[in-house]
Amino acid sequence: MGSVYRARDMHFPNVTKLVAVKEMINTAPDPLVRQTIVQNFEREANLLATLNHPSIPRIYDYFSVESRSYLVLEFIHGKDMETIINETSGFLLEEQVLTWAVELCDVLDYLHKHKPDPIIFRDMKPSNVMINHSGDVMLVDFGIAKTFQSGIKGTMIGTEGYSPPEQYRGDATPSADIYSLGATIHHAITRRDPRLEPPFSFSERPIRRINPSVSPDMEMVVNTALEYNPENRFATTADMKQALLGVARKTGALVRMGPQTTPLANTSGGIKPLWTFKCEDEIRGSATIFQGTLFVGSYDNNLYALSAAEGKFQWKYPTDGGIVSRPAVFDGNIFIGSEDKLLHVVSSRSGKVVWTYYTNGPIRSSPRIAEGHVFFGSDDKFLHAVNLNTGRMAWRFETADAVRSTPFVMSDLVYVGSETGDYYAVDFRGELKWRFRAKRAITSSTVGIGQALYFSSVDGTLYALDPRNGWVLWRFRLGKASISTPCIVDDLVFVGAADGFIYAVEAKSSKEMWRFRTEHQVNGSPVVYKDSLYCGSVDGNLYCLEYRTGRLRWKFGTGGAITGTPLVYDDIVYIGSTDHQVYALLA
Amino acid sequence: MDKLFGWLFSKKDPSTKTQDTTNTAPLSEQQIQAIVNNQNPHFDLQQLISSCGQSVGKQRELNEDSLLALTTIMAGNSGILPFGLYIIADGMGGHQFGEVASNAAIRTVAGHVLRKFHPYLFQVKTDTMDESFQEIMQTAVSEAQRAIQREAPGSGTTLTAALVLGQQITVAHVGDSRAYFVYTDGRIEPITRDHSLVKRLEELGHITPEEAANYPHRNVLYRALGQGEILDPDIFTLGFPQPGYLMLCSDGLWGVVAEQDLVRAIVDAPNLHRACQNLVTAANTAGGPDNISVILVQLVG
Repeated sequence: MGSVYRARDMHFPNVTKLVAVKEMINTAPDPLVRQTIVQNFEREANLLATLNHPSIPRIYDYFSVESRSYLVLEFIHGKDMETIINETSGFLLEEQVLTWAVELCDVLDYLHKHKPDPIIFRDMKPSNVMINHSGDVMLVDFGIAKTFQSGIKGTMIGTEGYSPPEQYRGDATPSADIYSLGATIHHAITRRDPRLEPPFSFSERPIRRINPSVSPDMEMVVNTALEYNPENRFATTADMKQALLGVARKTGALVRMGPQTTPLANTSGGIKPLWTFKCEDEIRGSATIFQGTLFVGSYDNNLYALSAAEGKFQWKYPTDGGIVSRPAVFDGNIFIGSEDKLLHVVSSRSGKVVWTYYTNGPIRSSPRIAEGHVFFGSDDKFLHAVNLNTGRMAWRFETADAVRSTPFVMSDLVYVGSETGDYYAVDFRGELKWRFRAKRAITSSTVGIGQALYFSSVDGTLYALDPRNGWVLWRFRLGKASISTPCIVDDLVFVGAADGFIYAVEAKSSKEMWRFRTEHQVNGSPVVYKDSLYCGSVDGNLYCLEYRTGRLRWKFGTGGAITGTPLVYDDIVYIGSTDHQVYALLA
Repeated sequence: MDKLFGWLFSKKDPSTKTQDTTNTAPLSEQQIQAIVNNQNPHFDLQQLISSCGQSVGKQRELNEDSLLALTTIMAGNSGILPFGLYIIADGMGGHQFGEVASNAAIRTVAGHVLRKFHPYLFQVKTDTMDESFQEIMQTAVSEAQRAIQREAPGSGTTLTAALVLGQQITVAHVGDSRAYFVYTDGRIEPITRDHSLVKRLEELGHITPEEAANYPHRNVLYRALGQGEILDPDIFTLGFPQPGYLMLCSDGLWGVVAEQDLVRAIVDAPNLHRACQNLVTAANTAGGPDNISVILVQLVG
């Protein structure tokens, strides 16, 4: 609607006196309307000229030239609060925001007490608050510019995210300013821009859930200011200021004691595993359960069979290489690939070998069983399809590089990613149907539901593809590379990444719903059981989160990195760790 | 199959009833079929067909709605793929500006999307696109936002755009025009959410749906293309309703014709063209207080 210029006042030729010149353009086509607008502007300029407060810029002059009107104001050295929020990595300190909020209460109180009529600021938001060089707040852009926004028929009001519900009625009251101040503080301490959210949805973004370092008292003050009904808010800005000072006294912000840290949630203290079992080397892969027996491979070359209830050893089957994948079960037999280049098929009862199948490279992909065949990738750059009855190759499909992801089968197609980032859809005759290319390796395995395939890539992206033709429906940027396989529940896609976060993304819109920070890379995959999400991290912990909100329920520390996927069955979580142990925990 | 469903229903555990607070109804035969189909999507050839209708209404002098419906087939190396782009924009802002805004929105969005797909529609292109459907729609909307602020400052428009590729519908939506799924068994389901104050108050439970229908500020939007410093459109991808229709319309239709009458006008019509005519007539018969725009799309096969 207009611009602000930095100008020099030439009345003082010997010194550099900077002023701000605000230009407003009169776009109304009707001459009578134009005239009214200019009169309103001049009336408000006169009013502002009488104000005298350290947080209000002084007005030096005003004038109109043709269709433009100008206001000459005190120039403020500093930055506006929105810029400060955006430039700060992480959250602004509570004590910082609190100091500004107290000063803003002061200046609003001054305006609201103006005689004969109170002045309502009407447009409180971070971009209208300047922080000058001495760290004090200045209110800029008084509602004066509003007079120029005519020409629009009354059908639209931009509520802008900071305005109170009563605004649409045209009510401008001190209480409206209090709401907007609450919205401004909420934005400053949560970094969530209300203009990007539905109106009046602050209560859906509780402050301390987003920024747990904020004190409960501060949260309460902001919530009171943001009450839907004006009568439930603070009666005056002076009351709000008192409440803020109360918070400052309690948290010690006024005496600069620094922010206090609040403990996040209960840690593993109380959690005892039901049982543990120790292998001779790291467990990097995942477990499978079949008829009360848990099958898990270890880097000590063995496939172990343990009783799921007590973790009692039943048998082990030695291969000649490390096992890093997840066993599959079919017809009473266990299928497992090993770095000895063989796919081993072992009787689940006896642990005796039934048949083996040789590839030209270590096997790190987990076997997938479908339609009478077992599908798996190998470092020999082939996707293999082996007949379950004969143990013979049905076909193999050549890829550009090692295949370490697990093939996914849906609607007569096999989907698999390779280490170059090439992604293939192959039909049951081993012929390419379509291909796609990510920028880096696809080590993550695919999961597909109905209309979409989901997988992540080392290029730091979570992809959603059309299973029929490979067109990209959406891409979601992760903080870093990912080799974690997504998990889908309801309308949510969960995935981990090397930036240490577990992400929840809405499947239809690719909007981030929440993210949870662990202390190290998340290379394993999340699983959801009932209303909990379970996921391990290289920080050694198994995390249990509420899957809708990402809130921590508990975590359990193991002695080494967790890179596998938890298995949850019958209210028990099974997880292997690189500390050589398998743990069984109550879900 | 019947056996399977019988088993599904009889398996219902009465003990879970106490926790179930939502109203439930048995799924219709068509819904069950849709669930089954969704678990095993098929890859047969499919035809996309569409039609549209527009009217200035009975009480306005100007038409501020704009509409685009484009249906074709993309012949590529991975088979034949239906391609469609459908947009409705309802401009506002007094004088002729509303029309300018809705027009600019359609031109910019369609121009951007078609430029992106040009190599795939008109040339032999084998490598995959390095942008997703949702990213293309997002940048199209941002471009339209800038175009409106340039061409018709101060005005605004709603925008509901649907890009159909194969069986995927990617929607970009701002304002209170709507997209619906209409099923042949009589169900109708809005897939967009109005960015209007009245809808928001209804969502918050401050007013009832009945109060909402007679609310004095029904046309106040909190998000519109061309308005505000930051625009955050709703963008999402859904599977095409089968059997069923995708319907896009402005509030000149959904605001005056009851949902069940919308369904009847569509399902009873012999073809899509007549269905669109029926819908426009229904809105005009109900008084035609506003401009009317409607697009119907069907995926057959």
